[in-house]
Amino acid sequence: MEQQAFNFREIQARPERLAPGHRMCAGCGGTIAVRNVLKALHPGDKAVVGNATGCLEVSTYMYPYTAYEDSYVHSAFENAGATLSGVETAYRVLKKKGKISSDYKFITFGGDGGTYDIGLQSLSGAMERGHDMVYVCYDNGAYMNTGTQRSSATPMYADTTTTPSGTVSNGKPQARKDLAGILAAHNIPYVGQTTFIGNMKDLYVKSERAIYTPGAAFLNVLAPCPRGWKYDAPDIMEICKLAVETCYWPLFEVIDGKWVLNYRPKNKLPLEEFLKKQGRFKHLFKPGNEYLIEAFQREVDRRWEELLQRCEE
Amino acid sequence: MSTKTRMSGNEAVAHAIKQINPDVMPAFPITPSTEIPQFVATMIANGEIDTEFIPVESEHSAMSAAMGASAAGARAITATSSCGMALMWEVLYVAASSRLPIVMALVNRGLTGPLNINAEHSDSMGARDSGWIQIYAENNQEVYDNFLQAHRIAEHKDVHLPVMICQDGFITSHAVQNITLWDDGPIKRFVGEYEPEHYLLKEDESLAVGPYAVSPYCMEAKKAQAEAMKRARKVILDVAKEFEELTGQHYGFFEEYQLEDAEYAVVAIGSVCGTAKDAVDAMRAKGVKAGLLKIRVFRPFPGEEIGEALKHCKAIAIMDRSESYSSQGGPLGAEVTAALYRAKATAETVNIMYGLSGRDVKVEDMEQVYESLRKLAAGEEHFAEYPYLGLRDGTENVLSRQ
Repeated sequence: MEQQAFNFREIQARPERLAPGHRMCAGCGGTIAVRNVLKALHPGDKAVVGNATGCLEVSTYMYPYTAYEDSYVHSAFENAGATLSGVETAYRVLKKKGKISSDYKFITFGGDGGTYDIGLQSLSGAMERGHDMVYVCYDNGAYMNTGTQRSSATPMYADTTTTPSGTVSNGKPQARKDLAGILAAHNIPYVGQTTFIGNMKDLYVKSERAIYTPGAAFLNVLAPCPRGWKYDAPDIMEICKLAVETCYWPLFEVIDGKWVLNYRPKNKLPLEEFLKKQGRFKHLFKPGNEYLIEAFQREVDRRWEELLQRCEE
Repeated sequence: MSTKTRMSGNEAVAHAIKQINPDVMPAFPITPSTEIPQFVATMIANGEIDTEFIPVESEHSAMSAAMGASAAGARAITATSSCGMALMWEVLYVAASSRLPIVMALVNRGLTGPLNINAEHSDSMGARDSGWIQIYAENNQEVYDNFLQAHRIAEHKDVHLPVMICQDGFITSHAVQNITLWDDGPIKRFVGEYEPEHYLLKEDESLAVGPYAVSPYCMEAKKAQAEAMKRARKVILDVAKEFEELTGQHYGFFEEYQLEDAEYAVVAIGSVCGTAKDAVDAMRAKGVKAGLLKIRVFRPFPGEEIGEALKHCKAIAIMDRSESYSSQGGPLGAEVTAALYRAKATAETVNIMYGLSGRDVKVEDMEQVYESLRKLAAGEEHFAEYPYLGLRDGTENVLSRQ
């Protein structure tokens, strides 16, 4: 694979493939993910973009307007993987039959609801079959389009509309599912986990690698949602940074089965630095609830240690 | 121009697929349609066709991948039965509303409840409002011929709708019958190449498929789809006419068997019609003017033509191989009765439930149906409720076997 050098100015100057004027919320992490993943397509390269039903779909392709410069296909909530696998197969056969000549890349986006939960089977099938496509999960940790219901990506103790914190409830009882690990277990050529850090280099490099690696690739992008996470919209970059610095959301890749840690914080911050910025964890900071933060910290530590072992760090 | 041989309905569909050489076939195994993807995979393995087979992990993904492939500009097909189609349900509507000319080989089998693998129409009848054209067959020859016509109908610029080609599970799909296969050359010319106007991979334009359609636009999309289904009526007949010129086989919306002067008519779909034809012959030999209307095209529903064809009859039995649990009868019963009302027919009607979960229907059973119609017209029989044919535990309204 030919990887291009990261030049922030050049990349940000590339034409937008997600046009402005769509109806996503101000400060939405999903939109930042889509814009930047698509910027990793080399200029002039063609793509078909897919999408699971969710905020992104209903806000970017509202008839008669589409925000996508590239061809785009949406079918339903749980079948973005299968739908794009059909497009990719059509591409191969039409190319073989000489009916089309251009090269195309295939990238589909789903939220965590459409990816971790209802779309997991379709995603697993598409990845296992090895279609030359990228599935990008923009993970905002809940069903945001329907109003912040818990998903299996929701962090433990988060207050959601189906795991509300109350007098006898501390929010979601379960820890989040390790989707990147599940995808790595498919033995596909590329799995990456990233978020918005600094000048977006990590997101760019991983997107480009995912797009230009032949075969199936999966990218998990932590994409905060100001409404569901309950923080001030301008704080998004700070929150992403804290997710990484606390090791809640480590940056790593699995390339041809080899686990690679991309960033190791010099001073691993306590988890509460990440939690206290967000209204969905407000109840954890009530006097007497310290044990909840401690339990959550133990879970993050356990997973971080496990990741270090996998990466042979 | 043709070869006489013998094969099962599934083999006949597979032979049609071989002649069509479609671009993409995603499919998932389910009895009794499983053989079709098996035959196709074998043809691919032996280099006989250059179709790409996608061994999907579910039927939901089969229809989703077919939708993606069709939107991308490929000729896409799939095959399924029963619960497999039930799992596709959501995407059936998406495919139809996206106006994608996907062709499905549906081998009719009852939906689970309880689990059963045999012939019933509850799968396709449940999907009758999904926007798919539905064409049914009595035997292997018809399912072969119907499949060869499907792409021409689906891809016609006035239609752009998906088509399901239905045959009865096991009775047609597995039973080996005589068949005439048409030569490859003329069939390939008849089916033609798929050349869509707009598709995702078109070189000089980008296309967006599957919008969120807000209320000020969505109703117009549905109306446009309904109009396409109406236009399909003419296209189905035009394609059938062209097919007849090529093969000599005649197809229309339905087949009339001894119906012109019939006093007592049966309306049915699928393999039972072969049995009914024998019963018609037996009744005619006894001097009873029996006839049959065999529905081939259920969507679009040729209600006006059916009403016209039946309106002279004294009594009509409408046979449903699918419960609707409406307490009033089955879907064919409801639609044919409505057509008769619009045609101002005065015939007595009875809606009969038969063959559920593969329950066998014999010629004598059908003769009994005609006998009941004669009594119904004469006022000697009355059905308070819609009867079941051949039910084991005889209740008052059962047309029990003699």
